[in-house]
Amino acid sequence: MYVASTRQTKASPSDGGARPSRVPTTVVLLGTVSLLTDISSEMVTAFLPIYVIFNLQMSYLQLGLLDGIYTGATAVLRLVGGHISDRVHRHKAVAIAGYGMSAATKLLFPAIGASSVGLGGVLAIDRAGKGLRTAPRDALISLVTPKEKLGESFGVHRTMDTIGALLGPLATFALLTWVTTRPNPIFMISFCFAALGVIVLIFFVRQPRLERVPGKVVTLRATADLLRNKGMRRTTIAAGLLGLATISDAFVFVVLQKVSGVSPTWLALMPVGTALTFLLAATPLGRLADRLGRWRVFFAGHVVLLAVYLLLLGPFTGIVLVVITVGLHGLFYAATDGVLMAHGATLVPEHLRASGLSIVQTGQALARFASSIAVGLLLQNLAFSTAVLISISTMVIALVGVFLLIRPEVSR
Amino acid sequence: MKDWFVRNRIVVGVTAMVVVIALGVVYVVVTVRDQQVAATQPGAAVASGLTFVDNGSGQNLVSTLDASGKRTPGELKCLRVYTSAGTTVCLRMSLPGAYEAAVYVGGSEVRTVPLPGTPSRARVSASGKIVSWTVFVTGDSYLAPGGFSTRTGILDLRTGELVESLEAFSMTIEGVPDKRVNENYWGVTVASDDNSFYATLGSGNTTWLIKGDLKTRAMVTVRQSAECPSLSPDQTRVAYKKRGGRLGTWQLYVLDLASGKETQLPGSDGVDDQAAWLNPTTLAYAKVQQGGAPTIYESAADGTGQPRELVAAASSPGPAA
Repeated sequence: MYVASTRQTKASPSDGGARPSRVPTTVVLLGTVSLLTDISSEMVTAFLPIYVIFNLQMSYLQLGLLDGIYTGATAVLRLVGGHISDRVHRHKAVAIAGYGMSAATKLLFPAIGASSVGLGGVLAIDRAGKGLRTAPRDALISLVTPKEKLGESFGVHRTMDTIGALLGPLATFALLTWVTTRPNPIFMISFCFAALGVIVLIFFVRQPRLERVPGKVVTLRATADLLRNKGMRRTTIAAGLLGLATISDAFVFVVLQKVSGVSPTWLALMPVGTALTFLLAATPLGRLADRLGRWRVFFAGHVVLLAVYLLLLGPFTGIVLVVITVGLHGLFYAATDGVLMAHGATLVPEHLRASGLSIVQTGQALARFASSIAVGLLLQNLAFSTAVLISISTMVIALVGVFLLIRPEVSR
Repeated sequence: MKDWFVRNRIVVGVTAMVVVIALGVVYVVVTVRDQQVAATQPGAAVASGLTFVDNGSGQNLVSTLDASGKRTPGELKCLRVYTSAGTTVCLRMSLPGAYEAAVYVGGSEVRTVPLPGTPSRARVSASGKIVSWTVFVTGDSYLAPGGFSTRTGILDLRTGELVESLEAFSMTIEGVPDKRVNENYWGVTVASDDNSFYATLGSGNTTWLIKGDLKTRAMVTVRQSAECPSLSPDQTRVAYKKRGGRLGTWQLYVLDLASGKETQLPGSDGVDDQAAWLNPTTLAYAKVQQGGAPTIYESAADGTGQPRELVAAASSPGPAA
């Protein structure tokens, strides 16, 4: 025992890389908060179609549209969340407000009933909470992690987050099948998970102490000036461009089901496949990004997405096509979602971290929102295959543009 | 206070978590115990009988009301159900986020068809030979705009042939052959010849009542702004919902096919259902009461009189088997 342990301690400093890497506790705790919150929100997301159609007897189509619009509109709230966090030096407090808002909405559903305006409002508050909390949370992760491990930390966080997203629909299914189809208990259980998340955040996560540097005041001006930094500006533009070329998951899955010719049941399994690959690959790819360069991995992720779009043309069919496409789609998320934040964190000083990250996020979110509206409009008049060809060309143009734009300043 | 919080935050946090879990468990247990009672509450007397999904008991049991108003809960659990001539179609969840249409003939399951989305409408033709359904395709958990549509399937039990989507049929809109692919169809009703049918076409912001032919796989538009048609047992009238109420809500109308005369059903404002003919003179539909659960009403098909409440916390009305 003794010999073994001394040998181990001796060995570790010399070869550095072999040391078991430890992710900061705060990151794991924030991962737990996200896991619990995602169980809660995905429970509701999985239940909402049934709730709206069967319990409220409403048309689902308007609501889907409404929700999409709110998702886009509240993306801007990320900027607000980011700026306030930096200004008051309290990322944790702003994150609590955001997570708290979303938790509270779960209790509002039963009170709202069959009012599309009311439901839209509740969903808007939920999305607003999500918008508000994202930037301060990601800033917290980046502030407690040493620079050379940012990719790994964000990878671990996204892995935990996605586990929650997978468990949520399972919880809803189990409740509906074995316990009750009444809506109130489902909303109540969803609320409990969200409340547990908020409790973990309030009581267990600690706000890292940031030294207030005299002369470095957080003003709107200082935030806007972040875009004067070449790396920051180019990253935002590049993430936006790639976001414009990213089509919504829903479209990918619907086309994949048609092209592959598999049973429609697979439509329900495809998001699960994407999420599984995402959660398995997020941490290793984050680590890889720390070593190879985060921007490179982020860029490579979009090349993988291009491969997904090419597969949507149906070079072959059947379950093989589904498995490969869905796997690559998950890899795309694993290589881009947390990695972009890890990259962004290296570009902004600590006192403006949340603001900086929120700028990158908002640019990307608005671009994706614009693209999903564009695809929706395209599909009114075009065949799926034409829409896929347009997506492929857009992605190629974006990749080439971004490759020329970013290189060589921000290669790491 | 602040120091106390810092010192005891772990204990307080754990206590708070335990309290939240305990409250959640108690709430669920109390609610679930309460729902057992609801399953056998009597409803109104329905002369020709009523089949429906009971939402009050929390199990979605397919139940029936008889001529005396006695309620009998069944074994089947469905989100949508419709029964005719011994054939029952039951739309239900099969996996998290996955749904299926199960077809029962004479009580035994003869076929299950996986569905590409959340169930919306279910019908069986009067002969029990043609089964149809409509689902909302939502794709994934992030509801992207443009990422949804409806899909309507038709299953012919005589041949076993399955039409997965009406989009495969040819469509002529007001005399012009239509080439667009992304159109939505919903709410099928099949005529007594088991070949012609009515349904809804939605394209852009317009909806049409359409008439189709299963053999020739062709469809033509009949008139605008009519959704979820339901053909009367004598084949002379079609009931459908149409936007026209306050705030653009739906109301039920009955169209006389020979004369083209449209009759509004009073008291149906705010309905969102495919009405079902209980007999040649009576329609049933589910409508959500203000702030509550859906309730099943019946209404005279000639538009005389107010609707009568049949059973609360129930949906998917249809004639008795």
